[in-house]
Amino acid sequence: MNIYVCVKQVPDTETKIIPNADGTFIETGSIKWIMNPYDEFAVEQALLVQAANAGSTVTVLRVGSVKDTEALRTAMAMGADDAFLVEAADNLDSYSIAKALKGAISKSGKNPDLILTGKQAIDDDCLQVPQILATMLDIPSVSVVVEYSGSTTDIVVKREIEGGALEVYGVKLPAMIACNKGINTPRYASLPGIMKAKKKPLVVLSLAEVSVVESDRRVKYSHFQLPPEKPSGKKFDATDSAKMGGVVKEVVGLLRTEAKVI
Amino acid sequence: MDFSYTPEQIEIKDLAMKFAKNEMMPKAQEFDSKAEMPFQILEKAWSLGLVNTCIPTEFGGNGFSAIDSMIITEALAYGCMGMNTAIMANDLALLPIVLGGSLEQKKKFLTPFTEKYKIAAFCLTEPSNGSDAGGIKTSIKEDGDDVIINGNKMWITNAGYADLFVLYGTTDSSLKHKAITAVVIEKGTAGIEIGKKEDKMGHRCSDTRAVTFNNVRVSKSNIIGGLNKGWGIAMKTLDHSRPMVAASAVGGAQCALDHAIKYAKERVQFNVPISQHQAIQFMIADMAMKTEASRLLVHKAAWLLDNQLSNTQLASYAKAFAADSCMQIATDAVQVFGGYGYSKEYPVEKIMRDAKLIQLYEGTSQIQRLVIAKEIFTR
Ligand SMILES: Cc1cc2nc3c(=O)[nH]c(=O)nc-3n(C[C@H](O)[C@H](O)[C@H](O)COP(=O)(O)OP(=O)(O)OC[C@H]3O[C@@H](n4cnc5c(N)ncnc54)[C@H](O)[C@@H]3O)c2cc1C
Repeated sequence: MNIYVCVKQVPDTETKIIPNADGTFIETGSIKWIMNPYDEFAVEQALLVQAANAGSTVTVLRVGSVKDTEALRTAMAMGADDAFLVEAADNLDSYSIAKALKGAISKSGKNPDLILTGKQAIDDDCLQVPQILATMLDIPSVSVVVEYSGSTTDIVVKREIEGGALEVYGVKLPAMIACNKGINTPRYASLPGIMKAKKKPLVVLSLAEVSVVESDRRVKYSHFQLPPEKPSGKKFDATDSAKMGGVVKEVVGLLRTEAKVI
Repeated sequence: MDFSYTPEQIEIKDLAMKFAKNEMMPKAQEFDSKAEMPFQILEKAWSLGLVNTCIPTEFGGNGFSAIDSMIITEALAYGCMGMNTAIMANDLALLPIVLGGSLEQKKKFLTPFTEKYKIAAFCLTEPSNGSDAGGIKTSIKEDGDDVIINGNKMWITNAGYADLFVLYGTTDSSLKHKAITAVVIEKGTAGIEIGKKEDKMGHRCSDTRAVTFNNVRVSKSNIIGGLNKGWGIAMKTLDHSRPMVAASAVGGAQCALDHAIKYAKERVQFNVPISQHQAIQFMIADMAMKTEASRLLVHKAAWLLDNQLSNTQLASYAKAFAADSCMQIATDAVQVFGGYGYSKEYPVEKIMRDAKLIQLYEGTSQIQRLVIAKEIFTR
């Protein structure tokens, strides 16, 4: 099987995010990048499917800036065979990213049997790329998948829905599966794996090479700013029952005039 | 001059830190109080390549540079200094073979450690000879193609479970350094008597015991570097192992510092987080400064090794400075936590207990100063 995994590189979950000086994006200089945690489930799932189907390959794809290739190297250290990086600014919109991924798949010269991603990226939380890419490739897609089983042609996946219930889908491959936490336990990239990954092929493509142009953008970011700081809460002393009436009056008054919620 | 890690080193650090945080830290307190070796964790660390970093690629190792192994050690000690001691003791025991062994010895003794998780113990210290290692009395007597070993060893890490012992003895104790001999003894050899486990202040999950050798007979082919050549090998080993022990101090210090910073932001006294009191800020600034200075000394000592330059003096700078700093930093972390820091419910009292050992083993902080002064005044 030709298995593809799309991975995104996102700021470490402990990063303090601040907008850059001109407000066009976030300040990236001091960010520690990691593989999007949901994409780790996708890489692990790809490796599990590969192990169950001899002769399969796992190719990882990423669209983003080249200066740090952490996510792709981690995926290859975990066991993926090769990688494609489409070099682009980190603030592309979902449509352009999906189109770039489609271009990278076609540049790889193979037809995908299975494409895996995380259900969402934890930085911009758009939850769009898997579905847009599947639509562009005209293949079915299922997201928020927590269970995977099947053969090289047909698979059964389960996805989480409201109330903790599971929806079961029978899917014909090729298909796009977007993974959720719980589908597996991602392995560590072992140190021998890290050393071996150095020698695995990583192809870098430009946006032009995958035919993505500026007019492909469906979303333009106008401005990045921090949400306004929440003013600290007010405390009212209601321990003295004699003064209770006054306190209630004061709270109601403030809810009307200051908070304007009643 | 370049202070940055290579992309691989960043990955190595990420993996080791991930392992430390996910696998070691959650279990550190438990194994400390049970005083039990965490075999599952150690074996998992081994399966990821985090153990025996000193073994070269020719014998199945990963071919790490000295700096790589410092990065790994720092991260593992961040997770738990005690577990790291169990891991590091393997390197300590295997290094004499890596540095002074013949090709046959390396194949025979190192390769099995890359095929399965195995445990090694380094036997130098004796009940009456610690700092004065040149005065050890364990005797090694030639007997045809064999040697016969007799003597008592003390404070031997990993002793209870060791598959391999690397022992230093003497062919003639009156000749001091000139007669020191290193020999490999395999588990199960007749005459090895393992003592009871020490009940220690810190590093409680690591296994420390006395070991007695009663007429233990091994082939001369187990002697590393030849009869009476042990002292040189021991000194070379220390050039590698001291920076490593110092790296473990950096890991412990960083962990104590991180806990202190987090707690200082959360704990409110006099209506503000204590991190806004300048006395706390200054204490934490000192902790951060000393942690980074220790790390730089460790990296320089390792860099010298990687560039085949003499590092004895730097190794002792790193060992003494990092160990003393770690002790101070851990003590101050407890101070930042106030009364809560004194409780086992919080993580810093363990780091304080663990830090103390770093000032003792692999040459006490006094002995490091002795080495440094000797380098200064005799060169
Ligand atoms: C938990 C633990 C694990 C250990 N693991 C191992 C191991 O795996 N293998 C191994 O071989 N050893 C091991 N050791 C032994 C350790 O290396 C020794 O304890 C250490 O070298 C100090 O020796 P000592 O305890 O005999 O102290 P001493 O040598 O008796 O020292 C006592 C004090 O005197 C000071 N002192 C001694 N000589 C001088 C001097 N000339 N000038 C100034 N001050 C001096 C010392 O700094 C120290 O403060 C371990 C020890 C411990 C506690």
